[in-house]
Order: sequence, then C-alpha cells, then structure tokens
Amino acid sequence: MSFWFWNGLRRGIQTTRYPKSMELERGVSPGRPVATSFKSSAEAEQAAGQCPVGAIVARDSVADLELGRCVYCQRCHFGARYPLDWKYDYEWAQIFPGAQDFAVLPKPYRKSLHVIVVDAGDCGACLHEVKQLNNPLYNVHRLGIFFTPTPRAADVLLVVGPVSENMRVPLQKTYEAMPDPKRVLAVGACAISGGVFGRSAMSAGGVASILPVDLEIPGDPPPPLAILHGLLVATGRKVPAAGAQVS
Amino acid sequence: MAVIRATDPPAERLDREALIADLQRRFHCDVAATESGTIASIRVTDLSELRPLCRSLFWDAGCGFGGIVVEERPQSWEVRYIFLARFAGWIEVLVSLPLSATTLPSISAEVHAADWHEREVEDLFGLRFEQHPRLGDFILHDQFWGEGLAPFRKRFDISKAHSNGQNNVSWRPLLVVRDPGAFAMPVGPVYEGGIGESVHFMLETVGEDVLRAIPRLFFNFRAVEKIAEGKDVGQALLLAERFAAKSSFAHSLAFCAAVERISGVNVPLRAKQLRVLLSELERLRHHAGVIAGICESTALAVSAAHAAIIEERLLRASCCFTGHRYLFGLNIPGGLRRDFTEQQCQDLLSAVRLAAKQLETLEDRLSFTSSFLDRLEEAGVVAPETARDLNLVGPVGRASGCGHDLRKECPYGLYKQYEFQVPSEKQGDGYARLRVLFQEAYQSGTLVGDLISSLDSGPIHAPCQSRQGFALGWVEAPIGATLHWLRLGESGLVERYRIITPSFNNWLGFHVAVEDFAFQDFPIILATFGLSATECDR
Repeated sequence: MSFWFWNGLRRGIQTTRYPKSMELERGVSPGRPVATSFKSSAEAEQAAGQCPVGAIVARDSVADLELGRCVYCQRCHFGARYPLDWKYDYEWAQIFPGAQDFAVLPKPYRKSLHVIVVDAGDCGACLHEVKQLNNPLYNVHRLGIFFTPTPRAADVLLVVGPVSENMRVPLQKTYEAMPDPKRVLAVGACAISGGVFGRSAMSAGGVASILPVDLEIPGDPPPPLAILHGLLVATGRKVPAAGAQVS
Repeated sequence: MAVIRATDPPAERLDREALIADLQRRFHCDVAATESGTIASIRVTDLSELRPLCRSLFWDAGCGFGGIVVEERPQSWEVRYIFLARFAGWIEVLVSLPLSATTLPSISAEVHAADWHEREVEDLFGLRFEQHPRLGDFILHDQFWGEGLAPFRKRFDISKAHSNGQNNVSWRPLLVVRDPGAFAMPVGPVYEGGIGESVHFMLETVGEDVLRAIPRLFFNFRAVEKIAEGKDVGQALLLAERFAAKSSFAHSLAFCAAVERISGVNVPLRAKQLRVLLSELERLRHHAGVIAGICESTALAVSAAHAAIIEERLLRASCCFTGHRYLFGLNIPGGLRRDFTEQQCQDLLSAVRLAAKQLETLEDRLSFTSSFLDRLEEAGVVAPETARDLNLVGPVGRASGCGHDLRKECPYGLYKQYEFQVPSEKQGDGYARLRVLFQEAYQSGTLVGDLISSLDSGPIHAPCQSRQGFALGWVEAPIGATLHWLRLGESGLVERYRIITPSFNNWLGFHVAVEDFAFQDFPIILATFGLSATECDR
C-alpha cells in the first residue's frame, strides 16, 4: 500500500497561497453583484424590482446592494433586463451592523484558533463550504485554524442557517458553553437575515435574534475563501470588507 | 419486526390498466385518469378497504411506494397515497374525508415504508392513524413543543412565533434496551468533528457493542412546505432550490416539472438536454463528495484528500460553467435561465473527464487497500428483502438489490433517449454502496460527454404562465427518487406544496443497518448511507 505515500508525494502541494497572495483560480468564488449606476432613477427602481428578496435598494440612479440578503437567484445577472455589475472576489466578511463594539480576538489566538460550527437549519451549502476548508486545496490547519466538536475548546462559533426552532436551544447551549473571549460569525444569507426562509414560527430569521453576532459573511453560500477571510478578520489578520473601525 | 412476505419485485413492466381493472373488481373504488395518463387515480369509497388495497398494490403487484400527500381542501381532507407502477406511470390512491374527521386507517402495518409518512402527517396536521404504534414526538420534538399544534392546518399562522421557547427538562427518550449495564449514549445534534449536520443519535449500548441506534431528526425543520403556501411560483422556486443544497438542481427541476405540467408548457429541446447535463453534473459532484466522506470516515487520509480534491475541482468547474458552485438560480419554469457557449461546454467536459479518470484511479487503489476494505465489508448490511420492505431508494437501495431508478422506470425529460446503466448490487453492505456510488459517478460522467456532443441549438426557455391545477413532478435526485406535489390556486399562487425526499425514505431504513455493531463502525455506516438530514427535515 505504499502507493498512497508515493501518490501523495507525486501530486505535490496543491494548497492555495491565500492569504499570502490572492487565489486567482476561476471557480473559487461565484462572485457577487455590486452597486451599479443606471441612466435614471426609474431604471434603478426597475433593477431593484428584479430582486425577489429585497437585497437591491434603489438610491437615486444607483442600484445599491445589501449583500447580506442576497440569495444568488441570479435574477439580476443572467438574462436580466437591468443587469447588475458583477465582481469576482471573496473577501466579503464585515462587521455585523448590529454589533456594538467589535474587537478582534487577543494576539495568542492569531496562530491557534479553535472553531465550532453549528448547523442551525442550514440547507447544507454553507456547511459544506465550511467543510471544504479542511480540503487540501484550502487546508486551514497551516494557518493554525482547527475545527473542534466541543464548545468548551472553541473560540469562534460559526453559525449556518436561519436558526430553526428545534435548534434554538442547542445553539444557545453551545454558545453558553464556550469560554470567553468568544466571537460569533453568521455565515451565509440565512444566518444573517433569514434568507428565503425568513422569520416564521419555525425559523428565527437569523442568528442575531438569538445571539450577539460579531461578524457576518454574506453569500449563499459564501465560498470557502470568504469564510476563511472571516476567520482571519476575527483574529485581526485581515481587515473587514466594509471600512468599519476595528479596535 | 413484522414478517416480510415477498422478496424481489417483478423487474418487468407492470400492466397498469390490467392492475387497475383487477383492483376495481376486488374493491369498491372509482378510477379516473388524470394529467394525460401519467397518474391513474383510484378513489377509495370504503375506508376499511384502504389497507388491503394498499397491500395489494405494494406487495402483490410489486409497486413502489412514493409517499403520502395530505391536503386540507375547503370542504374536505384529501389524502393521496402515491405508488409507482414500474415502467408504467404512477397510481394514486385517493381518500376524501370530511374536515371534521380526526382519524383514518393506518397502512404502515402493511406498507412499512409509510411509517414515517404517517407520523409526519400526525405531527403536522393532527390527523391520527388508527393502530399506529408510535405517533407523536417526530417532527415537533416533545422537549420543545406541546401536542396538538398541527402547524400545517390552514388555520395556523406560520408567520407568527408559536414556540414557548422553553426546554422541557422532564422529557426523556424512549429506550428499548433495558438490561443491567445497558445505557444510551447520546450523540448530537452538534457533533462530528464540529462540522456535521444537525442529527441526534441515541446509541443504545452495553459497552463496546451498540445494539441499536435511533436517529432523531428534524432539527433543521423550517416548514418549507408551509411557508411556500400563498407565494407565487417564482418565490416558491427559491425555497425548492434552497432547502437541500446538495441536490438543489434536482429539487428545483422537480418543482419546475410540476409547474410545467400544470401549465402544459413544452420545454424546448436544448433546455431539456441541458437539464439532463446539469442533473448528471450534480450527481457526479454529489457522489464524489459522498466518496470523500467515506474515505474520511475510515481515516485513510490520503484517499480522503484525493477524493476531496476531486469534489472541490468539480465545484469549481460547476461555478465556471454556471456561475454558482451549487447550481442555484438555473432552473425556471419553462426552461433555463441562461445558455452556455460551446467553449464553456468543452471546459466543463474536460473537467468532468478528469474527475472521472481520477475517480477510477481512486477506486482502483481503494480496492487494493485491505485496511480500507476490512472496515467497509459487512458494515451496515441492509438485506434485499428489507430494502424492498422499507422501499429504500437511490444508491442505498440499489446496493441492496432494489434497483429502482426513476430515470429508467418512469423517464422524465430526455432520459429515454440516452443510454446508461443503473448499477445494482446484492450484498447491501458498505462496500456495495461504495461500488454503486463509483459506478453511478462514471455513468454520469459519460452522460455529460454524450450530452455535450449532441447539444441542439435553439431556445432555452418557453414562456410559462402559471395556471390553476395540481401536478406531480418527479426526478431521480442524487440520493434517490424525489417527488414534488404542487397545487396552484386561482391566481397562480401555491396552495399546497408537498416535497417527498429520498433522504426521508432512506433515513427510515438507517436503523436497520445500525443494529448490533461496534462503536467505531458508526461513522463509516453513516458515511456510506450518504444521507442529508436537511433534505429529510425540509
């Protein structure tokens, strides 16, 4: 069975260079719609009307975007009458608008961060993208980021999904079992705003209604590198996307 | 366990008309063909005949069981039991009850596959099934919810919060093993190296050996079918696509098929071809992911790394091809949202060919790795009779000799025109499931190549007006057969949407595979089933 060993060696290192340099391979990110200028405010209104979840907001002649709500239905992209500009990047993590005073984790966490993931009603996409971080192509171990099954050892809580009613108590218990200091990251449109599930008797419509959220990683699902960017922001190794202050 | 009466179902084509004529002779029922003959509807007039009729369909005639669709109409309950007459279309057994009715006969003593369907109906609609041994505490967990909520009734307002948000600390699980020294080990819902779906398992054990493992699902229950009600087709499509991302294309396709059947739209040829192409791309990617999970569960790190790389490369290829890594936003009623250039198709083809080649190399190496095979062989055996009894679908069913595949047995789209094999194994163990996954992945890779070489040029979308009516859409999703039953109201809004998922079917059979095994085999058996909790939960 030595072929496993030789085969592993022969393949060479395939891991991305990110965060040292940007990953440029196509397909690592679906990109995102960005604020687009139109000829008139009427056209901007029309562009906003294309969005089924109200993620596009018309401001004068500009169709502005709330990426945290975007569910990637592509209705403002392919075959759209008023297509929005599209940008292929992935450093999307930003400070949650409701977070009072976000501070990055202290310095010891920069090279040793333990992460717990809670699936709170997720469709499986965000969870799968988080799982991909352990893929050799991303291999977050090299950055000192480890996934842990136990909240007692965790520093960061990644929540995916809109928080289904049956997961509310397990999620709360997980958060309470984590030692301080801790940070909560809402991953994906569902965790940020409830996404297509919204707020209902069976869904809390986002993590923020249950726990204090520090960072949000928009996307449906955010690609692995966007989630990695969020984890690096939490430890102060990268700056958040929107120009908010980090103390 | 009840005695199993029949073994293999007949593999040949069923004669649906003769079958229905025979049923009409033996039972009091009215027969009507709906939807241009795809579904034959049998209305049962005498409720006491429901059980023998269903038994006759499932066991004597050898039909497959689709599921139960319950609908609250303004004046009555309509309960549909959907059966698949192999190679001859669908048969629905229709029961109408007055709205004041609270009970109906249970068929799950005869058709075991209906067990969970009945439990679900009881939890969500409050309809009780006579003589069903275990109702309650299914979707609405007893530690959070009281009885009698019935959230799927029309009078229930889903948009308001209803939970008291309290944790009922006196709740205890129902344990079966009660020997001295026996105990139950709870696993979940937050577990599995920190990255796992929300499932809870109660492992009943006497130490090293686990005697039973009872999955407790529906932590991800978001009531997708209920919140779809009152929405237009475009909004409901978002839900159909996003409740289970690993087979999102299959589910959106099944939803669109139902809408198209209601509207009577003819989808253009190129769109039909591209839909087959994308379905097979999704199947290939899904199976590569399950294979990676199996390798990981056996702790063979290099093979797990290789399989995971194949999967991520396929995700990237999907993203380059369609603009989304999980194929969101492509299907629309009447066709597809976007077209693809020849160059994009060729790029995809080379990525798919590379993935298929790498999978072949991986399978070859795995089949020579005795430490890997030792852990899969005879792990989690599901006997063919059990698979038939519980109506297991997809690769899990096919590994146990239940080779049903809607692409062959009830072809939709263009599947009639393309050649492919449906693998079938008899052993029903973890290794058989792995072989089926590999074979299906190769078939999907070949199909993608066939499709790309034979693509028609033409439009990709036909205008689709939503109309009043109801229809069934069916698709062979990567995990197995999925059925989407849809009723649109007068203004084209969704009145009732029912999703029957393959994971729901197969989780019912999971407990059979996890009886009397060693603790360390548990993740392996779980991985070889390749089930999705969120697809089951909806």
